[in-house]
Amino acid sequence: MNTQSGATLGSPPGSNEIPAAALPPTPTRPMYWSIRRELWENRSIYIVPLVVAGVVLLAFLIATIGRAIVIVDPVEKAAVLAERNHFAAAVMMAAAFIVGIFYCLDALYGERRDRSILFWKSLPVSDLTTVLAKASIPLVILPLVTFVVVVAMQLVMLLLRSAALLMSGLSAATPLSLEQPVILLYSLVVLALWHAPLYAWLLLVSSWARRAVFLWAMLPPVVISVFEKVAFNTSYFQSMINYRLTGFAREAFAGGGHGGIDSLTQLTPGNFLSAPGLWIGLAFAAAFLLAATRMRRYREPI
Amino acid sequence: MPCIEARGLRKAYGATVALDGIDLSVEEGHILGLIGPNGAGKTTALNAILGLAPYQGELKVLGRDPWTERDQLMRDVCFIADVAVLPRWLRVSQALDYVAGVHPRFDRAKAEAFLAKTAIKRASKVRELSKGMVTQLHLALVMAIDARLLVLDEPTLGLDILYRKQFYDSLLNDYYDRSRTIVVTTHQVEEVQHILTDLMFINHGRIVLDCSMEEFESRYLEVMVNPEHVPAARALKPMHERQVFGRSILLFDRVDRRELAALGEVRTPNIADLFVAVMGNQPGTPQGVAV
Repeated sequence: MNTQSGATLGSPPGSNEIPAAALPPTPTRPMYWSIRRELWENRSIYIVPLVVAGVVLLAFLIATIGRAIVIVDPVEKAAVLAERNHFAAAVMMAAAFIVGIFYCLDALYGERRDRSILFWKSLPVSDLTTVLAKASIPLVILPLVTFVVVVAMQLVMLLLRSAALLMSGLSAATPLSLEQPVILLYSLVVLALWHAPLYAWLLLVSSWARRAVFLWAMLPPVVISVFEKVAFNTSYFQSMINYRLTGFAREAFAGGGHGGIDSLTQLTPGNFLSAPGLWIGLAFAAAFLLAATRMRRYREPI
Repeated sequence: MPCIEARGLRKAYGATVALDGIDLSVEEGHILGLIGPNGAGKTTALNAILGLAPYQGELKVLGRDPWTERDQLMRDVCFIADVAVLPRWLRVSQALDYVAGVHPRFDRAKAEAFLAKTAIKRASKVRELSKGMVTQLHLALVMAIDARLLVLDEPTLGLDILYRKQFYDSLLNDYYDRSRTIVVTTHQVEEVQHILTDLMFINHGRIVLDCSMEEFESRYLEVMVNPEHVPAARALKPMHERQVFGRSILLFDRVDRRELAALGEVRTPNIADLFVAVMGNQPGTPQGVAV
Protein backbone atom coordinates (compact mmCIF):
# COMPACT_ATOMS: atom_id res chain seq x y z
CA MET A 1 0.00 0.00 0.00
CA ASN A 2 2.77 2.39 0.91
CA THR A 3 4.74 1.62 -2.19
CA GLN A 4 2.19 3.19 -4.48
CA SER A 5 2.09 6.56 -2.72
CA GLY A 6 5.82 6.41 -2.12
CA ALA A 7 6.48 5.98 -5.81
CA THR A 8 4.20 8.84 -6.74
CA LEU A 9 5.95 11.13 -4.28
CA GLY A 10 9.37 10.06 -5.36
CA SER A 11 8.81 10.29 -9.12
CA PRO A 12 9.59 13.49 -11.02
CA PRO A 13 6.64 15.82 -11.81
CA GLY A 14 4.66 14.95 -14.90
CA SER A 15 5.40 11.25 -14.69
CA ASN A 16 2.90 10.30 -12.03
CA GLU A 17 0.48 8.48 -14.32
CA ILE A 18 1.93 5.07 -13.65
CA PRO A 19 -0.11 2.34 -15.32
CA ALA A 20 -1.47 -0.28 -12.98
CA ALA A 21 0.52 -3.04 -14.64
CA ALA A 22 3.82 -1.28 -14.09
CA LEU A 23 3.67 -0.86 -10.33
CA PRO A 24 7.12 -0.31 -8.91
CA PRO A 25 8.67 -3.46 -7.45
CA THR A 26 7.84 -3.90 -3.80
CA PRO A 27 10.80 -4.28 -1.44
CA THR A 28 11.66 -7.87 -0.61
CA ARG A 29 13.50 -9.61 2.22
CA PRO A 30 14.53 -13.00 0.79
CA MET A 31 16.81 -13.94 3.70
CA TYR A 32 14.23 -13.11 6.38
CA TRP A 33 11.47 -15.02 4.62
CA SER A 34 13.73 -17.95 3.82
CA ILE A 35 14.43 -18.34 7.53
CA ARG A 36 10.74 -17.95 8.39
CA ARG A 37 10.05 -20.69 5.83
CA GLU A 38 12.47 -23.03 7.62
CA LEU A 39 10.72 -22.40 10.92
CA TRP A 40 7.33 -23.14 9.34
CA GLU A 41 8.55 -26.43 7.97
CA ASN A 42 10.71 -27.53 10.92
CA ARG A 43 8.79 -26.77 14.04
CA SER A 44 11.09 -29.07 15.99
CA ILE A 45 13.54 -26.13 16.04
CA TYR A 46 11.55 -24.56 18.88
CA ILE A 47 9.30 -27.41 20.00
CA VAL A 48 12.12 -29.75 21.01
CA PRO A 49 13.90 -27.17 23.22
CA LEU A 50 10.56 -26.31 24.85
CA VAL A 51 9.71 -29.96 25.52
CA VAL A 52 13.19 -30.69 26.89
CA ALA A 53 12.95 -27.60 29.11
CA GLY A 54 9.63 -28.86 30.40
CA VAL A 55 11.10 -32.27 31.21
CA VAL A 56 14.11 -30.67 32.92
CA LEU A 57 11.81 -28.48 35.02
CA LEU A 58 9.75 -31.49 36.01
CA ALA A 59 12.90 -33.34 37.03
CA PHE A 60 14.04 -30.27 38.96
CA LEU A 61 10.68 -30.13 40.70
CA ILE A 62 10.98 -33.74 41.81
CA ALA A 63 14.70 -33.86 42.57
CA THR A 64 15.31 -30.50 44.22
CA ILE A 65 12.04 -29.01 45.40
CA GLY A 66 10.53 -32.36 46.30
CA ARG A 67 13.60 -33.35 48.25
CA ALA A 68 13.90 -30.00 50.00
CA ILE A 69 10.28 -30.01 51.15
CA VAL A 70 10.66 -33.23 53.11
CA ILE A 71 13.87 -32.06 54.79
CA VAL A 72 13.15 -30.54 58.19
CA ASP A 73 16.51 -29.03 59.10
CA PRO A 74 16.49 -25.47 57.65
CA VAL A 75 20.23 -25.37 57.00
CA GLU A 76 20.19 -28.63 55.12
CA LYS A 77 17.06 -27.52 53.25
CA ALA A 78 18.70 -24.29 52.15
CA ALA A 79 21.79 -26.23 51.04
CA VAL A 80 19.70 -28.53 48.82
CA LEU A 81 17.88 -25.57 47.29
CA ALA A 82 21.13 -23.75 46.64
CA GLU A 83 22.55 -26.58 44.53
CA ARG A 84 23.56 -25.41 41.11
CA ASN A 85 22.43 -27.48 38.18
CA HIS A 86 24.87 -27.13 35.36
CA PHE A 87 23.20 -30.17 34.04
CA ALA A 88 20.09 -28.26 32.87
CA ALA A 89 21.87 -25.98 30.41
CA ALA A 90 24.06 -28.84 29.15
CA VAL A 91 21.01 -30.98 28.39
CA MET A 92 19.45 -28.11 26.46
CA MET A 93 22.61 -27.64 24.40
CA ALA A 94 22.77 -31.35 23.65
CA ALA A 95 19.13 -31.25 22.53
CA ALA A 96 19.83 -28.28 20.23
CA PHE A 97 22.84 -30.14 18.82
CA ILE A 98 20.73 -33.18 17.95
CA VAL A 99 17.97 -31.04 16.41
CA GLY A 100 20.63 -29.23 14.36
CA ILE A 101 22.12 -32.50 13.10
CA PHE A 102 18.78 -33.90 11.96
CA TYR A 103 17.73 -30.56 10.52
CA CYS A 104 20.88 -30.34 8.37
CA LEU A 105 20.58 -33.91 7.13
CA ASP A 106 17.13 -33.16 5.71
CA ALA A 107 17.48 -29.49 4.78
CA LEU A 108 18.58 -29.79 1.14
CA TYR A 109 17.48 -33.40 0.64
CA GLY A 110 13.82 -33.10 1.65
CA GLU A 111 13.05 -30.34 -0.86
CA ARG A 112 14.38 -32.52 -3.68
CA ARG A 113 12.54 -35.61 -2.48
CA ASP A 114 9.13 -33.91 -2.35
CA ARG A 115 9.92 -31.94 -5.55
CA SER A 116 9.09 -28.66 -3.80
CA ILE A 117 12.54 -27.47 -4.92
CA LEU A 118 10.84 -26.70 -8.25
CA PHE A 119 8.53 -24.29 -6.44
CA TRP A 120 11.30 -22.66 -4.39
CA LYS A 121 13.45 -22.32 -7.49
CA SER A 122 10.61 -20.69 -9.39
CA LEU A 123 10.95 -17.66 -7.11
CA PRO A 124 13.66 -15.02 -7.24
CA VAL A 125 15.69 -16.38 -4.33
CA SER A 126 19.28 -17.35 -5.08
CA ASP A 127 20.79 -20.70 -4.14
CA LEU A 128 23.27 -18.86 -1.91
CA THR A 129 20.49 -17.14 0.04
CA THR A 130 18.72 -20.47 0.47
CA VAL A 131 21.81 -22.33 1.66
CA LEU A 132 22.81 -19.51 4.03
CA ALA A 133 19.28 -19.36 5.44
CA LYS A 134 19.43 -23.10 6.09
CA ALA A 135 22.91 -22.85 7.62
CA SER A 136 21.71 -20.08 9.91
CA ILE A 137 19.28 -22.47 11.60
CA PRO A 138 21.95 -24.50 13.51
CA LEU A 139 24.43 -21.59 13.64
CA VAL A 140 22.18 -18.71 14.74
CA ILE A 141 18.55 -19.63 15.28
CA LEU A 142 18.98 -22.75 17.43
CA PRO A 143 21.55 -21.07 19.74
CA LEU A 144 19.18 -18.09 20.12
CA VAL A 145 16.23 -20.36 20.88
CA THR A 146 18.36 -22.29 23.36
CA PHE A 147 19.50 -19.08 25.05
CA VAL A 148 15.98 -17.74 25.50
CA VAL A 149 14.58 -21.08 26.71
CA VAL A 150 17.45 -21.72 29.15
CA VAL A 151 17.25 -18.23 30.64
CA ALA A 152 13.48 -18.59 31.02
CA MET A 153 13.99 -22.04 32.56
CA GLN A 154 16.51 -20.70 35.05
CA LEU A 155 14.15 -17.90 36.02
CA VAL A 156 11.39 -20.42 36.67
CA MET A 157 13.82 -22.50 38.76
CA LEU A 158 14.78 -19.43 40.75
CA LEU A 159 11.14 -18.64 41.44
CA LEU A 160 10.49 -22.24 42.56
CA ARG A 161 13.53 -22.17 44.84
CA SER A 162 12.49 -18.87 46.38
CA ALA A 163 8.94 -20.09 46.87
CA ALA A 164 10.20 -23.23 48.63
CA LEU A 165 12.53 -21.19 50.83
CA LEU A 166 9.91 -18.59 51.72
CA MET A 167 7.36 -21.27 52.56
CA SER A 168 9.85 -22.68 55.05
CA GLY A 169 10.29 -19.26 56.60
CA LEU A 170 13.76 -18.76 55.17
CA SER A 171 14.94 -15.79 53.13
CA ALA A 172 14.51 -15.88 49.36
CA ALA A 173 17.00 -17.60 47.09
CA THR A 174 20.17 -15.87 45.95
CA PRO A 175 19.38 -13.38 43.21
CA LEU A 176 20.18 -14.39 39.68
CA SER A 177 23.71 -13.43 38.80
CA LEU A 178 24.34 -11.76 35.47
CA GLU A 179 27.31 -14.05 35.03
CA GLN A 180 25.15 -17.02 34.16
CA PRO A 181 23.51 -15.64 30.99
CA VAL A 182 26.89 -14.34 29.83
CA ILE A 183 28.49 -17.76 30.33
CA LEU A 184 25.56 -19.36 28.53
CA LEU A 185 25.79 -16.98 25.58
CA TYR A 186 29.55 -17.48 25.36
CA SER A 187 29.14 -21.25 25.42
CA LEU A 188 26.51 -21.14 22.68
CA VAL A 189 28.65 -18.95 20.43
CA VAL A 190 31.67 -21.21 21.04
CA LEU A 191 29.66 -24.33 20.20
CA ALA A 192 28.14 -22.84 17.05
CA LEU A 193 31.49 -21.64 15.71
CA TRP A 194 33.28 -24.85 16.65
CA HIS A 195 30.65 -27.14 15.15
CA ALA A 196 30.06 -24.97 12.05
CA PRO A 197 32.08 -27.29 9.73
CA LEU A 198 30.12 -30.25 11.04
CA TYR A 199 26.74 -28.69 10.18
CA ALA A 200 28.11 -27.43 6.85
CA TRP A 201 29.32 -30.93 5.99
CA LEU A 202 25.87 -32.36 6.71
CA LEU A 203 24.26 -29.66 4.53
CA LEU A 204 26.65 -30.53 1.73
CA VAL A 205 25.84 -34.24 1.91
CA SER A 206 22.16 -33.34 2.14
CA SER A 207 22.44 -31.33 -1.07
CA TRP A 208 24.19 -34.16 -2.88
CA ALA A 209 22.87 -37.56 -1.73
CA ARG A 210 20.01 -39.22 -3.56
CA ARG A 211 19.17 -41.41 -0.58
CA ALA A 212 20.48 -42.44 2.85
CA VAL A 213 21.87 -39.00 3.71
CA PHE A 214 22.95 -40.07 7.19
CA LEU A 215 24.94 -43.04 5.87
CA TRP A 216 26.67 -40.92 3.24
CA ALA A 217 27.53 -38.36 5.91
CA MET A 218 29.06 -41.01 8.17
CA LEU A 219 30.78 -43.06 5.50
CA PRO A 220 33.81 -40.88 4.61
CA PRO A 221 34.97 -40.32 8.22
CA VAL A 222 34.50 -43.98 9.11
CA VAL A 223 36.21 -45.25 5.95
CA ILE A 224 39.15 -42.88 6.34
CA SER A 225 39.59 -43.78 10.01
CA VAL A 226 39.49 -47.52 9.34
CA PHE A 227 41.79 -47.21 6.35
CA GLU A 228 44.32 -45.21 8.35
CA LYS A 229 44.21 -47.70 11.20
CA VAL A 230 44.69 -50.71 8.92
CA ALA A 231 47.23 -49.18 6.54
CA PHE A 232 49.43 -47.21 8.94
CA ASN A 233 48.22 -48.35 12.35
CA THR A 234 47.72 -44.71 13.34
CA SER A 235 44.59 -42.80 14.28
CA TYR A 236 45.30 -39.17 13.46
CA PHE A 237 42.06 -38.81 11.55
CA GLN A 238 40.04 -40.27 14.40
CA SER A 239 41.62 -37.88 16.90
CA MET A 240 40.97 -35.00 14.49
CA ILE A 241 37.28 -35.91 14.43
CA ASN A 242 37.23 -36.16 18.21
CA TYR A 243 38.91 -32.77 18.46
CA ARG A 244 36.26 -31.34 16.14
CA LEU A 245 33.47 -32.74 18.28
CA THR A 246 34.75 -31.91 21.76
CA GLY A 247 37.91 -29.78 21.35
CA PHE A 248 36.02 -26.55 22.03
CA ALA A 249 36.05 -27.38 25.76
CA ARG A 250 39.79 -27.11 26.21
CA GLU A 251 40.15 -24.18 23.79
CA ALA A 252 37.37 -22.02 25.20
CA PHE A 253 37.28 -22.85 28.93
CA ALA A 254 40.00 -22.96 31.58
CA GLY A 255 40.64 -26.54 32.61
CA GLY A 256 38.39 -27.83 29.84
CA GLY A 257 35.33 -26.71 31.77
CA HIS A 258 35.34 -29.83 33.92
CA GLY A 259 33.07 -29.69 36.94
CA GLY A 260 30.91 -26.93 35.51
CA ILE A 261 31.52 -23.27 34.78
CA ASP A 262 30.50 -20.86 37.51
CA SER A 263 32.62 -17.83 36.89
CA LEU A 264 33.57 -15.59 34.02
CA THR A 265 37.20 -16.20 34.95
CA GLN A 266 36.89 -19.72 33.57
CA LEU A 267 36.20 -18.37 30.07
CA THR A 268 39.21 -18.09 27.79
CA PRO A 269 37.97 -16.25 24.70
CA GLY A 270 41.48 -15.12 23.75
CA ASN A 271 42.69 -18.68 23.70
CA PHE A 272 39.63 -19.79 21.74
CA LEU A 273 39.95 -17.07 19.11
CA SER A 274 43.63 -17.81 18.63
CA ALA A 275 43.12 -21.57 18.27
CA PRO A 276 44.03 -22.61 14.71
CA GLY A 277 41.39 -25.34 15.00
CA LEU A 278 38.65 -22.68 15.08
CA TRP A 279 39.79 -20.90 11.91
CA ILE A 280 40.59 -24.06 9.99
CA GLY A 281 37.14 -25.33 10.90
CA LEU A 282 35.47 -22.11 9.74
CA ALA A 283 37.38 -22.26 6.45
CA PHE A 284 36.10 -25.79 5.92
CA ALA A 285 32.59 -24.67 6.83
CA ALA A 286 32.71 -21.89 4.22
CA ALA A 287 34.00 -24.31 1.57
CA PHE A 288 31.31 -26.88 2.35
CA LEU A 289 28.57 -24.24 2.18
CA LEU A 290 29.81 -22.93 -1.16
CA ALA A 291 29.90 -26.48 -2.49
CA ALA A 292 26.36 -27.06 -1.22
CA THR A 293 25.23 -23.87 -2.99
CA ARG A 294 26.70 -25.09 -6.24
CA MET A 295 25.22 -28.54 -5.72
CA ARG A 296 21.75 -27.10 -5.19
CA ARG A 297 21.96 -25.45 -8.58
CA TYR A 298 22.86 -28.72 -10.31
CA ARG A 299 20.69 -31.19 -8.47
CA GLU A 300 17.27 -31.99 -9.82
CA PRO A 301 14.32 -33.47 -7.94
CA ILE A 302 14.88 -37.09 -6.99
CA MET B 1 13.95 -8.90 -28.85
CA PRO B 2 12.69 -12.48 -28.71
CA CYS B 3 11.55 -13.65 -25.31
CA ILE B 4 13.32 -16.99 -25.69
CA GLU B 5 16.20 -17.54 -28.08
CA ALA B 6 17.99 -20.90 -28.29
CA ARG B 7 20.71 -22.07 -30.67
CA GLY B 8 21.80 -25.69 -30.72
CA LEU B 9 20.28 -26.44 -27.33
CA ARG B 10 21.47 -29.88 -26.31
CA LYS B 11 21.19 -32.06 -23.24
CA ALA B 12 22.16 -35.67 -22.69
CA TYR B 13 21.63 -37.89 -19.67
CA GLY B 14 24.47 -40.35 -20.04
CA ALA B 15 23.93 -42.03 -23.41
CA THR B 16 20.34 -40.81 -23.74
CA VAL B 17 20.01 -37.64 -25.76
CA ALA B 18 17.07 -35.68 -24.39
CA LEU B 19 17.56 -32.58 -26.53
CA ASP B 20 19.40 -32.93 -29.79
CA GLY B 21 20.52 -29.41 -30.63
CA ILE B 22 17.26 -27.55 -31.09
CA ASP B 23 16.86 -23.98 -32.32
CA LEU B 24 14.03 -22.04 -30.83
CA SER B 25 12.78 -18.49 -31.00
CA VAL B 26 9.70 -17.30 -29.16
CA GLU B 27 8.60 -13.69 -29.64
CA GLU B 28 7.15 -11.65 -26.83
CA GLY B 29 3.36 -11.77 -26.56
CA HIS B 30 3.04 -15.19 -28.14
CA ILE B 31 1.42 -18.29 -26.68
CA LEU B 32 3.43 -21.31 -27.74
CA GLY B 33 2.16 -24.86 -27.40
CA LEU B 34 4.99 -27.36 -27.09
CA ILE B 35 3.53 -30.73 -27.99
CA GLY B 36 5.25 -34.10 -27.95
CA PRO B 37 4.99 -37.66 -26.71
CA ASN B 38 6.33 -38.68 -23.32
CA GLY B 39 10.09 -38.52 -23.22
CA ALA B 40 10.25 -36.25 -26.26
CA GLY B 41 12.31 -33.63 -24.43
CA LYS B 42 9.60 -31.09 -23.56
CA THR B 43 10.33 -30.94 -19.86
CA THR B 44 14.07 -30.97 -20.50
CA ALA B 45 13.66 -27.95 -22.77
CA LEU B 46 11.53 -26.14 -20.21
CA ASN B 47 13.98 -26.94 -17.41
CA ALA B 48 16.77 -25.43 -19.46
CA ILE B 49 14.68 -22.32 -20.17
CA LEU B 50 13.93 -21.96 -16.46
CA GLY B 51 17.53 -22.44 -15.36
CA LEU B 52 16.67 -25.63 -13.48
CA ALA B 53 19.06 -27.87 -15.35
CA PRO B 54 22.38 -27.37 -17.12
CA TYR B 55 22.54 -27.62 -20.93
CA GLN B 56 24.86 -27.20 -23.85
CA GLY B 57 24.38 -24.61 -26.55
CA GLU B 58 23.26 -21.00 -26.50
CA LEU B 59 20.17 -19.93 -24.63
CA LYS B 60 18.88 -16.50 -23.71
CA VAL B 61 15.61 -15.92 -21.90
CA LEU B 62 14.57 -12.25 -21.68
CA GLY B 63 18.17 -11.48 -22.51
CA ARG B 64 19.57 -13.47 -19.60
CA ASP B 65 21.46 -16.73 -19.25
CA PRO B 66 19.00 -18.85 -17.21
CA TRP B 67 21.64 -21.18 -15.78
CA THR B 68 23.78 -18.52 -14.15
CA GLU B 69 21.09 -15.89 -13.52
CA ARG B 70 18.13 -17.98 -12.38
CA ASP B 71 17.26 -15.87 -9.36
CA GLN B 72 17.32 -12.63 -11.40
CA LEU B 73 15.36 -14.24 -14.21
CA MET B 74 12.65 -15.46 -11.86
CA ARG B 75 11.62 -11.85 -11.20
CA ASP B 76 10.15 -11.89 -14.71
CA VAL B 77 9.34 -15.56 -15.21
CA CYS B 78 6.66 -17.70 -13.60
CA PHE B 79 6.43 -21.43 -13.67
CA ILE B 80 3.85 -24.12 -12.90
CA ALA B 81 5.25 -27.64 -13.13
CA ASP B 82 3.65 -30.88 -14.20
CA VAL B 83 3.13 -32.22 -10.70
CA ALA B 84 1.98 -30.37 -7.65
CA VAL B 85 5.23 -28.97 -6.31
CA LEU B 86 3.82 -26.85 -3.53
CA PRO B 87 5.23 -28.32 -0.31
CA ARG B 88 2.56 -30.23 1.55
CA TRP B 89 3.25 -28.62 4.94
CA LEU B 90 2.77 -25.09 3.62
CA ARG B 91 -0.33 -23.17 4.73
CA VAL B 92 -2.19 -21.04 2.20
CA SER B 93 -1.53 -17.92 4.30
CA GLN B 94 2.16 -18.82 4.54
CA ALA B 95 2.37 -19.28 0.77
CA LEU B 96 0.98 -15.75 0.32
CA ASP B 97 3.32 -14.31 2.97
CA TYR B 98 6.35 -16.01 1.50
CA VAL B 99 5.78 -15.05 -2.13
CA ALA B 100 4.90 -11.49 -1.08
CA GLY B 101 8.10 -11.42 0.97
CA VAL B 102 10.48 -12.57 -1.75
CA HIS B 103 8.88 -11.47 -5.03
CA PRO B 104 9.14 -7.80 -6.00
CA ARG B 105 6.29 -8.03 -8.51
CA PHE B 106 3.73 -9.94 -6.47
CA ASP B 107 0.37 -8.24 -5.99
CA ARG B 108 -1.05 -9.81 -2.87
CA ALA B 109 -4.48 -8.22 -3.24
CA LYS B 110 -4.83 -9.83 -6.65
CA ALA B 111 -3.97 -13.27 -5.29
CA GLU B 112 -6.41 -12.83 -2.41
CA ALA B 113 -9.15 -11.79 -4.83
CA PHE B 114 -8.54 -14.87 -6.94
CA LEU B 115 -8.57 -17.15 -3.89
CA ALA B 116 -11.80 -15.55 -2.69
CA LYS B 117 -13.49 -17.04 -5.76
CA THR B 118 -12.43 -20.54 -4.69
CA ALA B 119 -13.27 -22.73 -1.72
CA ILE B 120 -9.67 -22.58 -0.46
CA LYS B 121 -9.36 -21.57 3.19
CA ARG B 122 -6.49 -19.37 4.31
CA ALA B 123 -5.60 -21.64 7.24
CA SER B 124 -5.52 -24.89 5.23
CA LYS B 125 -2.32 -26.73 4.58
CA VAL B 126 -1.54 -27.82 1.05
CA ARG B 127 -1.85 -31.47 2.10
CA GLU B 128 -5.49 -30.83 3.06
CA LEU B 129 -6.42 -29.43 -0.35
CA SER B 130 -7.64 -31.46 -3.31
CA LYS B 131 -5.43 -31.68 -6.36
CA GLY B 132 -7.61 -29.18 -8.19
CA MET B 133 -7.40 -26.75 -5.29
CA VAL B 134 -3.61 -27.01 -5.15
CA THR B 135 -3.49 -26.06 -8.82
CA GLN B 136 -5.89 -23.18 -8.16
CA LEU B 137 -3.65 -22.00 -5.33
CA HIS B 138 -0.55 -22.18 -7.49
CA LEU B 139 -2.38 -20.37 -10.27
CA ALA B 140 -3.52 -17.67 -7.81
CA LEU B 141 0.10 -17.12 -6.74
CA VAL B 142 1.41 -17.06 -10.30
CA MET B 143 -1.31 -14.86 -11.77
CA ALA B 144 -0.69 -12.22 -9.12
CA ILE B 145 2.89 -11.91 -10.32
CA ASP B 146 3.47 -9.34 -13.00
CA ALA B 147 5.72 -11.57 -15.08
CA ARG B 148 6.78 -11.36 -18.71
CA LEU B 149 7.04 -15.10 -19.32
CA LEU B 150 4.84 -17.84 -17.94
CA VAL B 151 5.89 -21.45 -18.37
CA LEU B 152 3.30 -24.18 -17.84
CA ASP B 153 4.42 -27.80 -17.87
CA GLU B 154 1.32 -30.03 -18.01
CA PRO B 155 -0.51 -27.62 -15.71
CA THR B 156 -3.81 -29.49 -15.79
CA LEU B 157 -2.48 -33.03 -15.43
CA GLY B 158 -4.79 -35.11 -13.27
CA LEU B 159 -7.45 -32.43 -12.98
CA ASP B 160 -11.09 -33.04 -13.81
CA ILE B 161 -12.62 -31.39 -16.83
CA LEU B 162 -14.23 -28.57 -14.82
CA TYR B 163 -10.94 -27.43 -13.28
CA ARG B 164 -9.16 -27.75 -16.62
CA LYS B 165 -11.66 -25.50 -18.34
CA GLN B 166 -11.49 -22.97 -15.48
CA PHE B 167 -7.72 -23.02 -15.58
CA TYR B 168 -7.43 -21.97 -19.21
CA ASP B 169 -10.33 -19.51 -18.93
CA SER B 170 -8.61 -17.76 -16.00
CA LEU B 171 -5.37 -17.78 -17.87
CA LEU B 172 -6.83 -16.08 -20.94
CA ASN B 173 -9.26 -13.70 -19.23
CA ASP B 174 -7.34 -12.63 -16.14
CA TYR B 175 -3.74 -13.05 -17.11
CA TYR B 176 -2.89 -12.87 -20.77
CA ASP B 177 -2.61 -9.28 -21.99
CA ARG B 178 -0.74 -9.63 -25.32
CA SER B 179 2.54 -8.37 -23.88
CA ARG B 180 3.11 -11.53 -21.89
CA THR B 181 4.55 -14.68 -23.33
CA ILE B 182 3.23 -18.12 -22.42
CA VAL B 183 4.84 -21.47 -23.15
CA VAL B 184 2.63 -24.46 -22.39
CA THR B 185 3.14 -28.20 -22.76
CA THR B 186 0.17 -30.51 -22.47
CA HIS B 187 -1.24 -33.81 -23.61
CA GLN B 188 -4.74 -32.33 -23.67
CA VAL B 189 -4.02 -30.71 -27.02
CA GLU B 190 -7.62 -29.96 -27.90
CA GLU B 191 -7.99 -27.78 -24.81
CA VAL B 192 -5.27 -25.36 -25.83
CA GLN B 193 -5.81 -25.29 -29.58
CA HIS B 194 -7.96 -22.15 -29.47
CA ILE B 195 -5.60 -20.19 -27.21
CA LEU B 196 -2.30 -20.82 -29.01
CA THR B 197 -0.62 -18.40 -31.37
CA ASP B 198 2.24 -20.77 -32.18
CA LEU B 199 2.67 -24.49 -32.34
CA MET B 200 5.73 -26.67 -31.97
CA PHE B 201 5.99 -30.46 -32.15
CA ILE B 202 8.95 -32.07 -30.53
CA ASN B 203 10.03 -35.71 -30.73
CA HIS B 204 13.24 -37.53 -29.80
CA GLY B 205 14.77 -34.23 -28.74
CA ARG B 206 14.20 -32.60 -32.12
CA ILE B 207 11.68 -30.07 -33.36
CA VAL B 208 9.58 -31.72 -36.05
CA LEU B 209 7.11 -28.90 -36.63
CA ASP B 210 7.31 -25.20 -35.90
CA CYS B 211 4.61 -22.89 -37.23
CA SER B 212 2.22 -20.14 -36.24
CA MET B 213 -1.44 -21.01 -35.83
CA GLU B 214 -2.29 -18.90 -38.89
CA GLU B 215 0.18 -20.89 -40.90
CA PHE B 216 -1.23 -24.08 -39.41
CA GLU B 217 -4.73 -23.15 -40.49
CA SER B 218 -3.77 -22.19 -44.02
CA ARG B 219 -1.29 -24.98 -44.56
CA TYR B 220 -3.03 -28.11 -43.28
CA LEU B 221 -6.37 -29.27 -44.52
CA GLU B 222 -8.33 -32.37 -43.74
CA VAL B 223 -10.73 -33.86 -46.25
CA MET B 224 -13.43 -36.41 -45.60
CA VAL B 225 -13.11 -37.99 -49.01
CA ASN B 226 -16.10 -39.45 -50.83
CA PRO B 227 -15.39 -43.13 -51.54
CA GLU B 228 -15.26 -42.68 -55.30
CA HIS B 229 -12.58 -39.99 -55.01
CA VAL B 230 -10.19 -41.91 -52.75
CA PRO B 231 -7.72 -42.89 -55.50
CA ALA B 232 -7.68 -39.33 -56.82
CA ALA B 233 -7.15 -38.00 -53.31
CA ARG B 234 -4.33 -40.42 -52.65
CA ALA B 235 -2.64 -39.20 -55.81
CA LEU B 236 -2.30 -35.77 -54.17
CA LYS B 237 0.07 -37.36 -51.62
CA PRO B 238 -1.72 -36.93 -48.29
CA MET B 239 0.55 -36.94 -45.26
CA HIS B 240 -1.86 -39.15 -43.37
CA GLU B 241 -4.95 -41.22 -43.87
CA ARG B 242 -7.38 -42.64 -41.35
CA GLN B 243 -10.74 -44.36 -41.43
CA VAL B 244 -13.73 -43.09 -39.49
CA PHE B 245 -17.06 -44.93 -39.84
CA GLY B 246 -15.87 -46.46 -43.07
CA ARG B 247 -14.96 -43.08 -44.58
CA SER B 248 -11.44 -42.03 -45.36
CA ILE B 249 -10.11 -38.86 -43.82
CA LEU B 250 -6.99 -37.60 -45.52
CA LEU B 251 -4.70 -34.89 -44.21
CA PHE B 252 -2.89 -32.68 -46.69
CA ASP B 253 -0.02 -30.28 -46.36
CA ARG B 254 0.02 -27.29 -48.75
CA VAL B 255 -2.55 -28.54 -51.21
CA ASP B 256 -4.90 -26.08 -52.83
CA ARG B 257 -8.21 -25.84 -50.99
CA ARG B 258 -10.33 -25.67 -54.18
CA GLU B 259 -8.70 -28.80 -55.51
CA LEU B 260 -9.58 -30.64 -52.30
CA ALA B 261 -13.15 -29.30 -52.16
CA ALA B 262 -13.92 -31.35 -55.24
CA LEU B 263 -13.02 -34.54 -53.37
CA GLY B 264 -15.18 -34.09 -50.28
CA GLU B 265 -15.78 -32.01 -47.19
CA VAL B 266 -12.73 -29.83 -46.30
CA ARG B 267 -11.93 -28.58 -42.81
CA THR B 268 -9.05 -27.48 -40.60
CA PRO B 269 -7.67 -30.48 -38.75
CA ASN B 270 -7.31 -30.36 -35.02
CA ILE B 271 -3.83 -30.36 -33.55
CA ALA B 272 -4.19 -33.88 -32.21
CA ASP B 273 -4.83 -35.27 -35.72
CA LEU B 274 -1.90 -33.37 -37.17
CA PHE B 275 0.21 -34.58 -34.28
CA VAL B 276 -0.65 -38.21 -35.02
CA ALA B 277 0.08 -37.62 -38.70
CA VAL B 278 3.44 -35.94 -38.12
CA MET B 279 4.55 -38.38 -35.40
CA GLY B 280 3.33 -41.33 -37.48
CA ASN B 281 5.81 -40.37 -40.15
CA GLN B 282 8.61 -40.33 -37.63
CA PRO B 283 10.66 -43.50 -37.24
CA GLY B 284 10.42 -45.27 -33.96
CA THR B 285 7.08 -43.85 -32.90
CA PRO B 286 4.19 -46.15 -32.07
CA GLN B 287 1.68 -45.67 -34.86
CA GLY B 288 -2.02 -45.38 -34.30
CA VAL B 289 -2.83 -45.92 -37.94
CA ALA B 290 -0.81 -47.66 -40.58
CA VAL B 291 -0.95 -45.81 -43.88
